[in-house]
Amino acid sequence: MADWMSLLAWGDSGWGDEMIRGAGWTLLVAVIAFALGIVVGIAGAAVKLSQVPFVPLLGDVYTTLVRGVPDLITIYIIFFGGGQAAMAVARLFGHTGYIEFDALTTGVLALGFISGAYATEVIRGAVMAVPKGQIEAAKACGMNRRTMFRRILVPQVARYALPGLGNVWQLTLKDTSLISVVGLTEIMRQAFVASGSTKQPIVFFVSAAVLYLALTSLSNKVFDRVEIVANRGVRRA
Amino acid sequence: MTTLFDHPDNTWELIANGLPWTLSLAGGSLALGFFLAIGLALVRLSPFRPLQWVAYAYVYLFRSTPLLVQIFLIYYGLGQFEAVQKSFMWPFLREAHWCAVLALTLNTTAYTSEIIRGGLLAVPWGQVEAAKACGMGMGLRFRRVVFPQAIRQALPAYGNEIVLMVKSTSLVSTITILDMTLIARKETSATFSIEPLFIAAVFYLVINFLATRAVMWLEYRMSPDLREARTGKTLPDQDVVRAH
Repeated sequence: MADWMSLLAWGDSGWGDEMIRGAGWTLLVAVIAFALGIVVGIAGAAVKLSQVPFVPLLGDVYTTLVRGVPDLITIYIIFFGGGQAAMAVARLFGHTGYIEFDALTTGVLALGFISGAYATEVIRGAVMAVPKGQIEAAKACGMNRRTMFRRILVPQVARYALPGLGNVWQLTLKDTSLISVVGLTEIMRQAFVASGSTKQPIVFFVSAAVLYLALTSLSNKVFDRVEIVANRGVRRA
Repeated sequence: MTTLFDHPDNTWELIANGLPWTLSLAGGSLALGFFLAIGLALVRLSPFRPLQWVAYAYVYLFRSTPLLVQIFLIYYGLGQFEAVQKSFMWPFLREAHWCAVLALTLNTTAYTSEIIRGGLLAVPWGQVEAAKACGMGMGLRFRRVVFPQAIRQALPAYGNEIVLMVKSTSLVSTITILDMTLIARKETSATFSIEPLFIAAVFYLVINFLATRAVMWLEYRMSPDLREARTGKTLPDQDVVRAH
């Protein structure tokens, strides 16, 4: 059996530092994409809950398409088509240069777009979970829309949305592995390169699995903690 | 242009060549995974602590790592063991598509077992007591009382799992299987047009739409007791029952 210690050694002789750096990239892409996903999700939920006729339909189309098409296809479309789309937009402003998305941009945009669809549903559900009476009470107190939004809606929606957003985070984190197909040297890509050059796939794919396991378990703990803090004022049966 | 297959002029036809892979991989692994998941859920709910732990560890491992890692471990990793190379399984595990079936099946088993466990736990204990009082044995009780209700309870969540699996099959394109995703990607690389990817997306959407419709229909069929009785066809003694 392979010598795990020397294969995963730190420095030039082993792949330990490369794998950890890969984990850093994975975490970076996941964090930015998740943040982007929440922003998209808030906008998506606003669109879906809009009172204006036909506007909610736009949100439905977005969530249905993204959740019905494989993430890999979405990533390829953004990878191959994103540059073309950006060039078309740039041409409108008079720029004629060649634009191509690098792997990091593709990853963040694609995963943000995907997690945004799931976040839309989570946030929409959380908004609908706020009792109507609360809104009525706020109005009765003479709050204007802004104050009502900031003091009544946001704190409660944030709390209701937390468990669902935790799931979206897990999904985003695991989906980062798909970005390896466009060449970003995150965990999966690094493991693939290392196993190819050493002919020891077991060592590196098991290491990759362990790294993902560590990332998901640790972030689970963080979300549990945040949930406890967020719910400290809530009385439970 | 040179590709591995006959190249039809129509891109729709070209992508459709990968459809059997997508359907058979999703269908095969879902079917196998469903039965394994029932077993795993029962193990998880068994009174033996060590068995519970094994089931829990399995579910935890498969749900916390990306499917791509699982596919690569099986496809690239298993061949590294000499024992595997010498075993009777090698003619299968050497082939990318059997590795894909294995990886997808093991993955869906973990997710499905949690769905079924949720369904089993949702069956009210009073039902089990009533079945016991009627003198039903464990097997009969499971078959006639617990399982049908658990399945109906689990159906909406299982519908999501079906959609997830259809989408997951696209990952087998990374281990050389010419499914719709790989054909579309190759065609896009060759023609510099993203049209093939959009066409593949439409195929996946249609499959998922049909699958969710089928599950909704099944859900409707399985819950006649939750529906309003059709007016005019109600039997008189049914009204008496309702009056209670």
